[in-house]
Amino acid sequence: MRAKVEVFLKPGVLDVQGKAIEGALHGLGFGDVSGVRVGKTIEFDLMAHDRAAAEAEVRSMCERLLANTVIEGYRVEVA
Amino acid sequence: MAKAAVVVFPGSNCDRDCKTAIERSTGAKVEMVWHQETALPAGLDLVVLPGGFSYGDYLRSGAMAAQSPVMREVAAAAEKGLAVVGICNGFQILAEAGMLPGALMRNKALKYVCKAVGLDVVNAQTRFTAGYAGRREATMTVGNGDGNYFADEATLERLEGEGQVVFRYKDNPNGSARDIAGVINIRGNVLGMMPHPDRAFEPELGSADGAILFQSALASA
Repeated sequence: MRAKVEVFLKPGVLDVQGKAIEGALHGLGFGDVSGVRVGKTIEFDLMAHDRAAAEAEVRSMCERLLANTVIEGYRVEVA
Repeated sequence: MAKAAVVVFPGSNCDRDCKTAIERSTGAKVEMVWHQETALPAGLDLVVLPGGFSYGDYLRSGAMAAQSPVMREVAAAAEKGLAVVGICNGFQILAEAGMLPGALMRNKALKYVCKAVGLDVVNAQTRFTAGYAGRREATMTVGNGDGNYFADEATLERLEGEGQVVFRYKDNPNGSARDIAGVINIRGNVLGMMPHPDRAFEPELGSADGAILFQSALASA
């Protein structure tokens, strides 16, 4: 199975990279852009037969390493 | 004789500075401990997690190092009361390991900040800061890109209330919440700080204020 994890800063946590990108987009004339948030995507193969079990395992990975839940949230997709 | 250990992660770059700083400020014996070790040296009075860029800051600063074998031993020793100081990347590692509250985020201005900073010693009653009691301030340098301390409001309130905010910047260089430069755990034996005492242990370095921290930490050893 292929797992896809998206990690992003929680709402309310200042995303300074997002702010900088937003400013740059405005500078390029894309003035209608707002609310830019920067995250990361982590993808990997996982030996698993049961999708629910795989998803639970990936969530555990997020809690323990892939995301810092003090500042970050995550979304998990397993297919 | 007092004995300290400095943990060396791949990408640490202040490990030897820490060793020299501790030796010259306190006369303690300092052992270097590789991150793959599964035991700490016997008879330690202090463990220092040094600054640097462990694992190239991959994923998040300190995230990979926090999972290394030696960190299980450091956490277990801290549970038993051993004094642990994390400096800069070491602070990031302690936060990532869950040994200190909060997280260190990208600096507010998105710039690496490297300069001398004035600090208020907010709590001079810790085992690391008792030597600052008569002065309540210090000058050390910072050098970080991810030094922006973050914790939610409830955590910040609790830290303030419990005296866990140990150092505060006089002039905030990185956007840290409430100007926080260093925090200690509730038990008072694990300290994390972004400024470098290891770069301020002799007047020739511009400040000798960092020596006081190592002297305080090992005063009872």
